[in-house]
Amino acid sequence: MIDQAWIEAALTSSRPQAVAALLRYFRDLDAAEEAYQEACLRALKNWSANGPPRDPAAWLIMVGRNAALDQKRKTSRLTAMPDESQVSDLDDVETPMAERLDHSQYRDDVLRLMFICCHPDLPATQQIPLALRIVSGLSVKQIARAFLVGEAAMEQRITRAKAKVAGAGVPFETPGPVERAERLAAVMQMTYLVFNEGYSAGPKDEARADLADEAIRLGRLLLRMFQAEPEVMGLLALMLLQHSRQPARFDANGDAVLMEDQDRRLWRTKLIQEGLALIDKAMRHQRTGPYLVQAAIAALHARAMRFEETDWAGIDALYATLERLQPSPVVTLNRAVAVSKTKGPQAALDMIEPLGERLANYFHFHGAKGGLLLQMGRKREARESFDRAIALAGTAAEAAHIRMHIDRLIADTEKRA
Amino acid sequence: MMYAVLCYNNEEMICGWTREQDDAVMAALTKAHDKWEKAGKLKPSIRLLPTSAATTLHKQQDLVLDGPYAETKEALLGFYIIDVDNLEEGLAFARDLAQANPGGAYELRPIQLYLPGAPIDGAYATDREYAGDKVPAK
Repeated sequence: MIDQAWIEAALTSSRPQAVAALLRYFRDLDAAEEAYQEACLRALKNWSANGPPRDPAAWLIMVGRNAALDQKRKTSRLTAMPDESQVSDLDDVETPMAERLDHSQYRDDVLRLMFICCHPDLPATQQIPLALRIVSGLSVKQIARAFLVGEAAMEQRITRAKAKVAGAGVPFETPGPVERAERLAAVMQMTYLVFNEGYSAGPKDEARADLADEAIRLGRLLLRMFQAEPEVMGLLALMLLQHSRQPARFDANGDAVLMEDQDRRLWRTKLIQEGLALIDKAMRHQRTGPYLVQAAIAALHARAMRFEETDWAGIDALYATLERLQPSPVVTLNRAVAVSKTKGPQAALDMIEPLGERLANYFHFHGAKGGLLLQMGRKREARESFDRAIALAGTAAEAAHIRMHIDRLIADTEKRA
Repeated sequence: MMYAVLCYNNEEMICGWTREQDDAVMAALTKAHDKWEKAGKLKPSIRLLPTSAATTLHKQQDLVLDGPYAETKEALLGFYIIDVDNLEEGLAFARDLAQANPGGAYELRPIQLYLPGAPIDGAYATDREYAGDKVPAK
């Protein structure tokens, strides 16, 4: 017995591999997608009648390729139309061709497909939709909903992005190790961008929140292809651990709940376990990278059953490592939060004061600074920072959170007045 | 007779399930388990983390590789459940076993869900004998 849900799940999970292989055959994104679509249509009919194939991806690749070649022959007047029974006979296609498919190319195929979506000429606003459309197979409608734009506008954005990458000429030869590593780095970054789109979504914005799950799926795909790459383990672990907090991140009103106030019993242990296991694996390699360090920081939060049990010294040390690997004022700002817990608000304030210029327009800088000043009782200055933060808030949740601080300050002042 | 029932499915698909789909399957399974557990016939059941979380010790060369044991020549002959501090300690256990019994490999796959089921040596157990081995009863 084979049900519709199974077929749909099989089609979705086979998509990256199938489209990637078809892209290698046709060297054209549109042709590859069309061939894949055609194969899916045939799968819906064939699989429900004849049962599922042993290797759905291989089936789709072979059938998609044949269908496209067949179509070409049909439209070409130079060649006589082949007998219908010959071209559409799919029964005997599966077993022999599954063996013939070259699985060793799978990894570079999928990497190439993903890499095409993160062409440096494409801004993130185009990379993410393109990857979601081409690699994940989300419909334009789904993507448009996630980005809160009209379907036509999103269609246009994707078409434009496709046109740009079509002319970019990503080579189809098997990449060398350096090139492969560069592609992997770009693809990892794009995957994390997709994740952050989902992670930063508000609680009622389900379409966008689903992107976090999608990014985790892409991360798993990457790790299956690059099993011994600690940074890929780190990336997947980071996404799993951050996503594990999802059920606790918003209250009933949809307002953001700070990590210190979250009900940790709501955290998804299943995701935490997988994240921790991956970090454990990655540690063996003794090769630290930014994703792994960030994952390790997330792990220290995940391990603390209560906020008070958080290993802030460990987090401080990990942020220090991250500062070395990837110096950035934002990393220092995050480190300062850990320092405020171990050495007090003054030490943290000293640390972030020099960042003021570079982070002048960064919401979290002013929010954190306001928080530190508040802890030290410097209320007037805190208020100034909070006002600055609220003006820079990017989401309603961010604004609401700062608003709460300000309201508390005002209430406090009124009480004393 | 005791059996180990090994579960196989398309991992990419299972990992692609939404949380709702996953929860629905687990709820349906729990229902199916219930009858057997009440009858004392369902012993521990275990859900493993994805193969991407696995690490494999190849015994002969003492070689530790990321990922699951992928060879198809060898057959699955048995398994252990261990509760250790971390992967290193798990590997130390596997190496001890490898000393005693070289050849082949041990795959260390983290466990996602461990349901103890009906006690093996508990209220439901009866005296049983097979192949000359006495299974301990209450």
